[in-house]
Amino acid sequence: MRPLRLIARLDIKGPHLIKGVHLEGLRKVGDPHEHAVRYADAGVDEILYLDIVASLYERFSLADLVRRTAENVFVPITVGGGLRNLEDVRLALKSGADKVAINTAAIRRPGFINEVVHEFGSQCLVVSIEAKRQPKGGWHCYTDSGREVTGRPVVEWSQEAVERGAGEILLTSIDTEGTLRGLDAALVREVSGATPRPLIASGGVGGRTHVTEGIAAGADAIAVAHVLHYNTESVAELRSALIASPPFHRSV
Amino acid sequence: MSQVVVVDYGIGNLLSVCRAIEAQGGAVTLTGNPDEIRRADRVVLPGVGAFGKCVSEVRRLRLESVLNEYRDSGRPLLGICVGMQMLFTTGEEFGEHEGLGFLPGRVVAIPPDVAGGGKRKIPHIGWNALMPSRTWEGTLLQGTKPEECVYFVHSFSARPEMESDTLATADYVGFNVVAAVHRGPIMGTQFHPEKSGEVGLRIVKAFLTL
Repeated sequence: MRPLRLIARLDIKGPHLIKGVHLEGLRKVGDPHEHAVRYADAGVDEILYLDIVASLYERFSLADLVRRTAENVFVPITVGGGLRNLEDVRLALKSGADKVAINTAAIRRPGFINEVVHEFGSQCLVVSIEAKRQPKGGWHCYTDSGREVTGRPVVEWSQEAVERGAGEILLTSIDTEGTLRGLDAALVREVSGATPRPLIASGGVGGRTHVTEGIAAGADAIAVAHVLHYNTESVAELRSALIASPPFHRSV
Repeated sequence: MSQVVVVDYGIGNLLSVCRAIEAQGGAVTLTGNPDEIRRADRVVLPGVGAFGKCVSEVRRLRLESVLNEYRDSGRPLLGICVGMQMLFTTGEEFGEHEGLGFLPGRVVAIPPDVAGGGKRKIPHIGWNALMPSRTWEGTLLQGTKPEECVYFVHSFSARPEMESDTLATADYVGFNVVAAVHRGPIMGTQFHPEKSGEVGLRIVKAFLTL
């Protein structure tokens, strides 16, 4: 069977869990740790912490938060935002993260992917891609939470990341992020078809039908944020949408 | 209370496995000190990343003879993920590497091609259901129900020579993943019990009581 996952995505700014639209217009939601514990207890498959301003300040700041959460959350934790070197990655893993998500540092210096994989294994590296539709068609990669243009086509970069050893791809559509109108299914289909690695689709899930659509487009995992933060869908409801996609089965 | 040593050889997230043992009432020491390993009531051998890198670190830190000694004492040993893979004779990740050889068998790559067409994504990441290969009574899985799901993340998979060493398998798009092995005091899980929620914590509990 093909294991599918429901991932709670928690964007962090300073000490706060926040939520934006198109990765901008951020609103405070609450304490990230409390939310993570609640989501894990409710049965999400993984926790994803992303410090969305860290790259701007060039620092990794979530070690304490991860350490606190790893104390009583027994599902995998991925952490990203501002990880620039092997020492940052080591600190993240040592603090209780199972995987790190890297975007800006990997695009700036693709060899960083190889270094992380060589040192810690590909299973712990999620390459994070922020994708935006281009007026002439296709998608380009952005960094720094959608602020910086790189000019790199998403499919080409995802393939390079995989060749360099990335274990998973986290694909966030800036266009759909925070809109609650559904994932960019065409983008998911394009990247899923182009790489042999598990794909986490993120951005735009406003309800359970969007989960099913993401899986149908080829995603292996769906990241959800708003619907959990504002309690408009329960984990159980989202999970039943995954179960409705035939290959999934984990009951809790 | 059981004194559990989690072998620290500098690889991966070891905090979670320690926390899971503590949550089930075990007293944990995270250490690479040979004397502490010798004194342990139970030993957990974790491992993530590449087989070759893990075994070479174990050897570089001169832990192999200590683990051999510990194995000969007949006390319980649990290998997790690459820690389980290292229990076998040989691993084929990035070249051929000699394992600890506590269980006969090889560790091979999960093939990306599905028989009859199609592809399976590598690594195998996510929750998958445990299927019994033999009775779970008196084993690591004594508190587990068939088809309960646990969390996997791996690209390689053990192929034990002795059928009776396999306790449970999981199906990954038609590939038979050896999910748990158990021979006397030697136990291993390809999945991460410390990351498998409540089901995983029950498996940790079983390890502490066997």
